[in-house]
Amino acid sequence: MLTNNTREKFIKAFFWLAGLIIVTILFIIIAYIAIKGVSAISLDFIFEAPRRAGKEGGIWTTIVSTVYLTLVSLIIAVPLGVGSAIHLEEYAPRRSWFANLVNLTAETLAGIPSIVFGLFGFVFFVIFLQMGWSIISGSLTMAIMILPTITRTAQEAILAVPAEYRENSLALGASKWQTISRVVLPSAVPGIITGIILSIGRAVGETAALILTAGSSLGMPEGLLDPARTMSVHLYILAMEGISMDRAFGTAFLIIGLIVIINYLANLSLRRMSYVNRQI
Amino acid sequence: MSQLKLKSENIKVFYKDFQALYDVNMDIEENRVTALIGPSGCGKSTFLRTINRLNELIEGTRTEGQIYLDERPIYEKDRDVVELRKKVGMVFQKPSVFPMSIYENVAYGPRIHGIKDRNRLSEIVERSLKAANLWNEISDRLNSPAARLSGGQQQRLVIARVLAVEPEVILMDEPASALDPISTSRLEDLIAELKKNYTIVIVTHNMQQAARISDYTGFFLNGQLVEFSCTDELFVNPRDKRTEDYITGRFG
Repeated sequence: MLTNNTREKFIKAFFWLAGLIIVTILFIIIAYIAIKGVSAISLDFIFEAPRRAGKEGGIWTTIVSTVYLTLVSLIIAVPLGVGSAIHLEEYAPRRSWFANLVNLTAETLAGIPSIVFGLFGFVFFVIFLQMGWSIISGSLTMAIMILPTITRTAQEAILAVPAEYRENSLALGASKWQTISRVVLPSAVPGIITGIILSIGRAVGETAALILTAGSSLGMPEGLLDPARTMSVHLYILAMEGISMDRAFGTAFLIIGLIVIINYLANLSLRRMSYVNRQI
Repeated sequence: MSQLKLKSENIKVFYKDFQALYDVNMDIEENRVTALIGPSGCGKSTFLRTINRLNELIEGTRTEGQIYLDERPIYEKDRDVVELRKKVGMVFQKPSVFPMSIYENVAYGPRIHGIKDRNRLSEIVERSLKAANLWNEISDRLNSPAARLSGGQQQRLVIARVLAVEPEVILMDEPASALDPISTSRLEDLIAELKKNYTIVIVTHNMQQAARISDYTGFFLNGQLVEFSCTDELFVNPRDKRTEDYITGRFG
């Protein structure tokens, strides 16, 4: 028979172990990629354009393509996602049919595999709207994919803003929009950033949907209508077609680095825009 | 006899099918403190919120009857709610400072009402904080987060935020219920000062508080205004049996 005390200790040890395993797995993966990848990485690898399908040269065009495509996706998806979250939480009457429909759509979208979005993007943007394999086709497809995440997290962030803020602001004679834009949204910014960071991870990591919509051209994209190959797509092709495993790992390592940098910048710039930062 | 500031005529409030207030008639005088007392759920806060039309924020609320502010009806089709709420400020039960600096909290109201000039804003902020008896404690850290202030300071900051809009009437919904005794007594002193320039309507759970700070008291029960008179009279010489039972602690 276990005493309460021993049982507590076992339970505590279990949770500690769970945490340890997660950290270990993450560490092993990162360490493995770092060890395998670091040898491939040099300034030339980062800043030179690929040659001979990526066998030689660097991966600079894919880095630019990744940043370009991610930014355009966010520029499309963030206003729409945050906007619909504001509608759902602030304007739509509770349980209205339209609010239910938007919620249901967001949930359904979140559960659809990316390749299905890719197929849709291919048929609709690339072929029907004649955008071709391009940054804009890829970004529009990515935007649809990340929209549910952005909407959901923004909704939760807005919902978490204390009702008293709204009451106090309205009682001071503020209009509804003044209240939303000056009190509610600034308070919700950290939660909204979370959604954006998750979305960035998804956009940077996406391959299948982008091969179908942005193509896999290694050239430098100069406009929205140019095709592009993102780092993840490049990694996939390097590994899949046996071009160079070392370079695949080098690319993987830089993808992780890029995500860290983008997240850091997103945090910094968005927090600077809100009052919340000034408080903490 | 002081001038009439607010007049409520047969105010009824419904939440969907539930009637929360029954024909409330009350005359509220200028530069006086009017206290509303009664047990929980008696309608005193609902009545308070009819004065700045805040009940309208809750879906399914309907108000009948009329309230006059300086003889102008509040419940009128084309009455500008923003202008009304500018004149009728409100302090809530829980001090709720915005997640901004002390300065930004006080400047919030003037800003939304279109004041952009920095000097003017600073002037208003200083004047409001002084009027709320908070200036001396925090004048050296106006840019620090308001959330770092103590509960009592936060409530005075909220009052300063209301004063910055230059209201004529201040509604207070149990403003001391979350405060410790020392902060409460400071708040009561402040109310006594504010009444020189403002008309104050305060909801309170605390009968001693009502007796201490108010000139008039209204006793609410089950959505009805049972008795309304001079505070001294109501506490010493209640006309209604129910008022007497309540203030002597027989229920509530």
